[in-house]
Amino acid sequence: MKRFPQIALLPDGKRLHLQDGPIDLVIEAKGGESDVGAAYEAAARRFTGLLDELCEELVELRRAADPIRCPLKGVVARRMHAAVAPFAVDHFITPMAAVAGSVAEEILGSMLRAARLDRAYVNNGGDIALHLTGGEQFTVGLMDRPDHHGVMQTISIEADDPARGIATSGRHGRSFSLGIADAVTVLAKTASQADAAATIIANAVDLPGHPAIVRCPANELQPDSDLGARLVTRDVGAIRESEIDDALQAGVGRAQQLLAAGLIEGAALRLLGETAVVGATGIKTGVLPAFRGSTIERIAHV
Amino acid sequence: MTDATVAGGDKIRCDACPVMCYIKPGAAGACDRYANHNGELVRVDPHIVLEQTVSHGGRLVPFQAGGGDWDGKIVREPNVFVTAIGAGTTYPDYKPAPFIVSSEVDGVDMVTVVTEGIFSYCGVKVKIDTDRYLGPETATVRAEGEAIGHVTTSEYGSQMLSLGGVHHLTGGSKKEGRVTCDALMDLSNCKPVELTIDGGATVVVQAGYPPIVNGVAEERMRVGCGSATIGMFAKQWHGKVDEVVVVDDHITGVLSEHQAGKLLDIPDTGIKMKGRRSTPGRYFQVADPGTGWGGTNISDPLSVLGPFNPKEARPGLTMLMVSTTGEHAAYYELDEALRPIEKQMPPDLRFSVERIQENCEPALCTVLFMGGAGGSLRAGVTDNPVRLTRSVKDALTRVTSGGAPVYVWPGGGITFMVDVMQMPAGAFGYVPTPALVAPIEFTLRLSDYAALGGHMDHVRPLASLRDNTETRPMPYIPGRRA
Repeated sequence: MKRFPQIALLPDGKRLHLQDGPIDLVIEAKGGESDVGAAYEAAARRFTGLLDELCEELVELRRAADPIRCPLKGVVARRMHAAVAPFAVDHFITPMAAVAGSVAEEILGSMLRAARLDRAYVNNGGDIALHLTGGEQFTVGLMDRPDHHGVMQTISIEADDPARGIATSGRHGRSFSLGIADAVTVLAKTASQADAAATIIANAVDLPGHPAIVRCPANELQPDSDLGARLVTRDVGAIRESEIDDALQAGVGRAQQLLAAGLIEGAALRLLGETAVVGATGIKTGVLPAFRGSTIERIAHV
Repeated sequence: MTDATVAGGDKIRCDACPVMCYIKPGAAGACDRYANHNGELVRVDPHIVLEQTVSHGGRLVPFQAGGGDWDGKIVREPNVFVTAIGAGTTYPDYKPAPFIVSSEVDGVDMVTVVTEGIFSYCGVKVKIDTDRYLGPETATVRAEGEAIGHVTTSEYGSQMLSLGGVHHLTGGSKKEGRVTCDALMDLSNCKPVELTIDGGATVVVQAGYPPIVNGVAEERMRVGCGSATIGMFAKQWHGKVDEVVVVDDHITGVLSEHQAGKLLDIPDTGIKMKGRRSTPGRYFQVADPGTGWGGTNISDPLSVLGPFNPKEARPGLTMLMVSTTGEHAAYYELDEALRPIEKQMPPDLRFSVERIQENCEPALCTVLFMGGAGGSLRAGVTDNPVRLTRSVKDALTRVTSGGAPVYVWPGGGITFMVDVMQMPAGAFGYVPTPALVAPIEFTLRLSDYAALGGHMDHVRPLASLRDNTETRPMPYIPGRRA
């Protein structure tokens, strides 16, 4: 028996919602009516069976990536590997670090092959693949901390910016972080690259050995975590302002390396109320409109 | 149709999808939809899926799988009221407020202008029901070591704190502002906050809960101090007992010496109190503070008495000893040697003790949020902000906060106070200015709205909000609506 994912339009009648297992996509396309319809149909078709495809290679996907050799077969799995490979020389990283962005990219690709769209996005739990043409732009609200309601900044991406992928990583998310960042949002040329880079930069925002940081082996929390017994951050106690700066600077240093290497277009790093921005165009700092609650969801898709 | 196999330990293997997560007891799988509940695989939220937004683990936006109607909306019928929570705002507010909603109430076309104000000058007033010493008046109140406000007047068995305000939010260091903002938001969202008072106590404050002073939860708010209790109940004791001592950590009262006893011509009993006499029948410091009788450290009330004076005392003299909250009480008669001997308490005295208990209400912390709708916020409602102020003052416009009634302080501006316990959960947010974001709604007749320069072109019928992802559930509180 073949499993079918959940496929439905959201109540606004405009956005498409696809869900299968842990994958949750919210999709919106702008263009002619028949193009949008064709794009949504293509997205739903490509999505059906995608999780099974990934799970066939799940054991390999959860292993540390080889920086050169890719043993994977599936197109999404290979994209995941390609996204993390540049980091695999210096870091422990598995292709799973880029799963969300890679899936988003794959679905967006299927839509663009099926239709002409002015603008589209595939949002996979905060990791977003973008399509922009002409005068279109995309505005993203950055949340300070997911457990508080506050958008601290907005990022605008114009059609002539190179970024087509956005991803956020941090210790409050569904996946574990080795670092202490509340949120690191990365702009990159593709969603899969953004996803991998956000993980790496968020891991770098850290104060190794600090007594106020509570860490726990990942596999004690999730027995089959790809991080194994590596210590993941569970809580951050009282740390001094200067230490916040130290931790952020560690992340900024890593982000600057990635920027220089052309792996990212920009990043916003957030820790305990402090923000650092690296290279990104379109990231507006300073006092901003207050958006909260469900509005965040709305502005994320402006 | 989902089954699970029990793997090693109490882990289970979920087969809801091909990821086949191993899930530990009490944990959820990678999807956050299936969890291990005591070795059993359970669906955590059968009809609500998780849509994560800007960052991982972001907002939860519930919707039904089939795209059907929402359940638990802000907007409900009949007599729907739309609150500003989650409405967002458009500061600087030359732009119209996010939602301007028209609905029909009692046949009158009403307009509710829904916005969330950014209140950078806001604060909270905290009322803590306790007689315990929290700290001197004007002492600095701290959270996480940062000054966030001060102790203000003590009134009627409660200690008031005044927290927040512009000086702490934006006038101090960056950290001071952030800590103040966090504390105000948590207090306003009815979460517990630990406060330390310079030269005083550490108190955990949570709206709707008893204060925890230096680690001890307050239970009852006394009806008054020992002296006040004598005054209140003297008539009820008159003729039923010769002497009454109300044991209290602050002021212990003695009926025969107290002004209330004198007025009733109650004769002297030869009682001898320990402690420091303040005025007749009122004693300070009969014992050390503690968790025994009346907030003292004693468990035997006789320990606050010296020997009776044989000039006035007589064998058979009766005495009631009771704590200020009525939690403790004992009845004595003097023997031939003028020593108090505990006896069974007569029913009418038992009744008076119960009356004291009945008059002691549960001790609570209460939090009033206080903010002012500034000119720019008002401009989001109308193109002539001062007209909105006048309209509120003329009672043509009703102001609510998260649907809860507010008290609008007379004088200039629209400065309002609201009991945070009447507001829906999670009503408050913040911006990193730092400032709090609180909902505020203005409800008025559509015709009045037009007359005061309202943004008529932005009025949306209520129906347009239904089935809209911009609504989110909030608890419905009957009897509260526009």
